[in-house]
Amino acid sequence: MRKRLAPYLLIVPGGVWLALFFLVPLLVMLSVSTQTGNIEDGFSQTFHFQNYVDGIKQYAPQLLRSLEYGTIATLAALLIAYPMAYWIAFYGGRNKSTFLLLLLLPFFVSFVVRTLSWEFLLADQGIILGPLKDLGVLPNDFHVLATPFAVICGLTYNFLPFMALPLYVGLERLDRRVVEAAQDLYASKTEVFRKVILPLSMPGVLAGVMLTFIPASADFINASILGGPSTTMIGNIIQTLFLNNFDYPLASALGFVVMAVLLLAMFLYARRVGTDELKEFTT
Amino acid sequence: MSVAQRGPRRRWTSRILPTYTAIVILYLMLPIFVMILFGFNDTTGRFNFTWQGFTLRHYRELFAIQDLTTALRNSLSIAALSTVFATILGTMIALAMGRYRFRGKSSVNMMMFMNIASPEVVLGASLLALFVTVNVSRGFLTILIAHVMFNIAYVAITVEARLAGFDNSLEEAAQDLGARPWTAFWKVIFPLIFPGVLAGALLAFALSIDDYVITSFVAGQTTTFPLWVFGASRLGIPPQVNVMGTLIFVGGAALAVGNLLWQRRMARAEVTARTAV
Repeated sequence: MRKRLAPYLLIVPGGVWLALFFLVPLLVMLSVSTQTGNIEDGFSQTFHFQNYVDGIKQYAPQLLRSLEYGTIATLAALLIAYPMAYWIAFYGGRNKSTFLLLLLLPFFVSFVVRTLSWEFLLADQGIILGPLKDLGVLPNDFHVLATPFAVICGLTYNFLPFMALPLYVGLERLDRRVVEAAQDLYASKTEVFRKVILPLSMPGVLAGVMLTFIPASADFINASILGGPSTTMIGNIIQTLFLNNFDYPLASALGFVVMAVLLLAMFLYARRVGTDELKEFTT
Repeated sequence: MSVAQRGPRRRWTSRILPTYTAIVILYLMLPIFVMILFGFNDTTGRFNFTWQGFTLRHYRELFAIQDLTTALRNSLSIAALSTVFATILGTMIALAMGRYRFRGKSSVNMMMFMNIASPEVVLGASLLALFVTVNVSRGFLTILIAHVMFNIAYVAITVEARLAGFDNSLEEAAQDLGARPWTAFWKVIFPLIFPGVLAGALLAFALSIDDYVITSFVAGQTTTFPLWVFGASRLGIPPQVNVMGTLIFVGGAALAVGNLLWQRRMARAEVTARTAV
């Protein structure tokens, strides 16, 4: 009896906390998203699904821009992180945990402070662009801040560890005997990588892409610090609607649209990876 | 001939990846160097963009800005409290998930997965929607609630990873030798999972002290360190922010390095014990 109850007793406190402050809020937001009214007179439930249509119509450019920036930043992070994760997993030897710690160190500096550091580094007369302008390599009116490039750079930098760690875990867990078998069968180095290591590391890639793509697409700190009026992302819109305009229904509807779009994108990607892996096995 | 040619060439290619890794790690560190360096910049006021010379003045006058000091104190208290709560609740979930089979297990897993996969802006906005609807005023307590909420799943996953491959017979052996379940837990299981619990707690502390997005929704008039810094960023960041950032970074890094060294020593002791037997 005790044994059967034990797991529930262990789950209940944390589970209730998550249910109350994660699941219930989502349901409340779902309800708010179909309400009408304003902050002075109060909101009432009218099942006004038009909020969703209005939100999508009004903010389609920002929504698409977020997906675009998120996708580019995710791909950039994947390309930057993969060779490093591969090297640490296969050749890191006894120092693997030291390398992992180095990857995690940026987390001990506040996200906001890190992004402000990049603003400083990329400033128009900053320590990178300033000297280049003085030397005449770049024209005087050249700038990086307030461009999409700056925002994407910031996103790539800030979420790189989220990409690198799952990649590393995936590569580290990979069964070395399979690699040895391929070598024994006279596969060249490139073939071993392309036909054995790369396909087997796909679960890690999937996890990394998910952990990077979702927060990067919904981020608003990089866009507000490194970007300008033309780089506003959907996260900025939701925050402004919620905290400045007090348009809770429209903001809630947009929140759900973002979540649905991001989860759908991830689902489609996961299915694609899944079927590709199947194909690898059958051919 | 061909062997002589191959030797150095191979050595050259085998250096590409380690060099590349070093460059990426340097890239990750670059903004941190900038932050630390400009905490020593001899500048006055909020204009901290050009190097004026070395000074320790900002370390001496660390608490000169009242609001910033309050914000830092809030951040540290919230991080400490939310770490304690989330570590206890998350470890309990991990123990249940890692050591028992039970009905509803996959729903709990699903909920934690959803929690981690949800964009922060949605987590923050939905909590605000809840607090507005039930008319709770926002402040220290609502920030604490939010931080515990987003930390539980991370702690649970970290501890669960440590529990994987855990030998259940150890606990049974302890109980066979007459230990009560409670004693068996504290004397046998807890020491074994302690590194995982510590890693989970460190992660929770780091996530909490760092959080801007969710906090910005549920903070009301209360400010935390990231909120203050973000709010001040349009006017210019005083060097005290760099100093506080540096101190938090050094503290966190020291704890992480300590944990790493300690785990290595444990692992070595385990190997020695095994070979001795």
